[in-house]
Amino acid sequence: MSGLLLLLPLLLPLAGTIVLLAGSLSVGFQRVGAVVCSGLTLVASLVLLVAVDRAGILVVQLGSWEAPFGISLVADRLSAVMVAFSALLGAAVAVFSLGEISRRRIQRFFYPLYLLLLFGVNGAFLTGDLFNLYVWFEVMLIASFVLTALGGARAELEGGLKYVILNLFSSALFLSAAGILYGVLGTLNLADLAVRLEASPDPGWLQAASLLILVAFGLKAAVFPLFFWLPASYHTPPSTVSAIFAGLLTKVGVYALIRVYTLVFEPLFPQAQGLLLAIAVLTMITGVLGAAAHFEMRRILSFHIVSQIGYMVLGLAFFTPLALAAAIFYIIHNMVAKTNLLLISGIVIRLQGTADLARVGGLYRSAPWLAVLFFLPAFSLAGIPPLSGFWAKLGVVRAGLEGGWWFAVAAALVVGILTLYSMTKIWAEAFWKPRPEGALPLMAGGVGRLGWMVVPVATLSVCTVALGVFGEFLFAFSERAADQLLSPQEYISTVLAGRGKE
Amino acid sequence: MGFLVPILIGVLFAAGVYCLMRRSIMKLVIGVMLISQGANLLVFASGGLLAGSPPLVPADGQEPVAPFGDPLPQAMVLTAIVISFGLTAFVLTLVHEAHEAVGDDDTDAFRSTDT
Repeated sequence: MSGLLLLLPLLLPLAGTIVLLAGSLSVGFQRVGAVVCSGLTLVASLVLLVAVDRAGILVVQLGSWEAPFGISLVADRLSAVMVAFSALLGAAVAVFSLGEISRRRIQRFFYPLYLLLLFGVNGAFLTGDLFNLYVWFEVMLIASFVLTALGGARAELEGGLKYVILNLFSSALFLSAAGILYGVLGTLNLADLAVRLEASPDPGWLQAASLLILVAFGLKAAVFPLFFWLPASYHTPPSTVSAIFAGLLTKVGVYALIRVYTLVFEPLFPQAQGLLLAIAVLTMITGVLGAAAHFEMRRILSFHIVSQIGYMVLGLAFFTPLALAAAIFYIIHNMVAKTNLLLISGIVIRLQGTADLARVGGLYRSAPWLAVLFFLPAFSLAGIPPLSGFWAKLGVVRAGLEGGWWFAVAAALVVGILTLYSMTKIWAEAFWKPRPEGALPLMAGGVGRLGWMVVPVATLSVCTVALGVFGEFLFAFSERAADQLLSPQEYISTVLAGRGKE
Repeated sequence: MGFLVPILIGVLFAAGVYCLMRRSIMKLVIGVMLISQGANLLVFASGGLLAGSPPLVPADGQEPVAPFGDPLPQAMVLTAIVISFGLTAFVLTLVHEAHEAVGDDDTDAFRSTDT
């Protein structure tokens, strides 16, 4: 029974992909199928989250091959919460897509690819095997590659090409690292790797493999100096696609970094700590400065993805229980807020025909409800209490102060102010400023089916408020998850014993 | 022969990175292909290279006769080859489409989404 709980968040999107690929291409069928499937996945993931929090780590050995010989699927608190929130975003964005995705895209298999993306992301969160993680990355990437380039317009193809080439490069590095680790340690099961690495006499090779993995995951997480593909490609596809990418893909990279550094490479962490701190600080600063220089909503938000990744890596780099809990909280908060902001940029494009801040305006007068919906995630991102971003930043900053990392803390605070500046810029330009001369005619995008776009945005805004108001509850959960990460003995013994705790 | 494999891996990676640094988008594809071949070969070699020792169980035995080649890297590299085959097909299509849309194969012409 517990095995089924773990498998359902994978099987449902896979089944959905197959049904939508094989079934009718009629627009109605595809839309209903995608929403129903992502909704069911959400329910299954929430059940999994509750089960894992109550009963401890769940393990499924695929094909009943005992670990480390078979592939293990493992759900600890971190995996389960990541799956749950990506399913939340998956369902919300699927509803949003009803209002945005055109018939032409749907008939080019948009929805099967969308569900395949959710399948790959959930697999990456749940796997307990390094080579299997590579395969899940590829599933996720191939779906995202096609989603980026599906429209076939020049910008999409250009952005898509950069995205594809750099991610393939990072996959090759990841594969090489997996090969080296197998050559030195003779296993690829994460729990088994952790056991054998401590006894290994060959630190040079392991250090090389760990750095290759750092570069590979860093590229996928878009950290400095490997982030250039992200702002070049995320603003080109429809907002539905940018939003789900923003919520999921880079977070998978961060998740993978947290997983390998807490579980496998924990003995090597002291040598990597300085590097991670430097990467985190530079990621925060370059991201936020890039955002300050831009004047188009989606480009600004893309650079903020980079900047926010810095905070999460900073939490990992401090490596205390509080810091890891803050990093987990930060990831959850950021997934919800960032996806929501990109969805809102989609509504702005629908209402005013563009998201270029020089050519939009007057939204506070013409659509005050949108102003409220934007205000919540934007100021949460900037870290204004009592919204969720405040607690996330507070956790990271406190962990930094406890560890005496003054410089990193100062950088985090300055970047927070600059984030507020960017959000204020969008607020002032898009919402307060009167509509400029030469703006596109109102409703240039057509307002048909606007309701489908507003409902998920409102839901995610409420989520942001709830994550802030009930921050203590979620932070307590994050602390439990961080404890689990920092005492990997439970993970290792559960996986290698071949059974769950029940 | 064994000493040639690491050299070949190095050459593949170096040639791949060189191609990635060139300005033609077609060379980007070639570069990525070479690098993924290098990575595949590395995974293949990671189990140790043993000539003429297949991991076969003799008819009257319970387990293969040692020393035998490790089958797991071969299984993994097959998976990786299939994945890189599919991705190469996709990237070739993408490059073709991008070339049609941009009308140039110089990467300098592909900067309109950067700034």
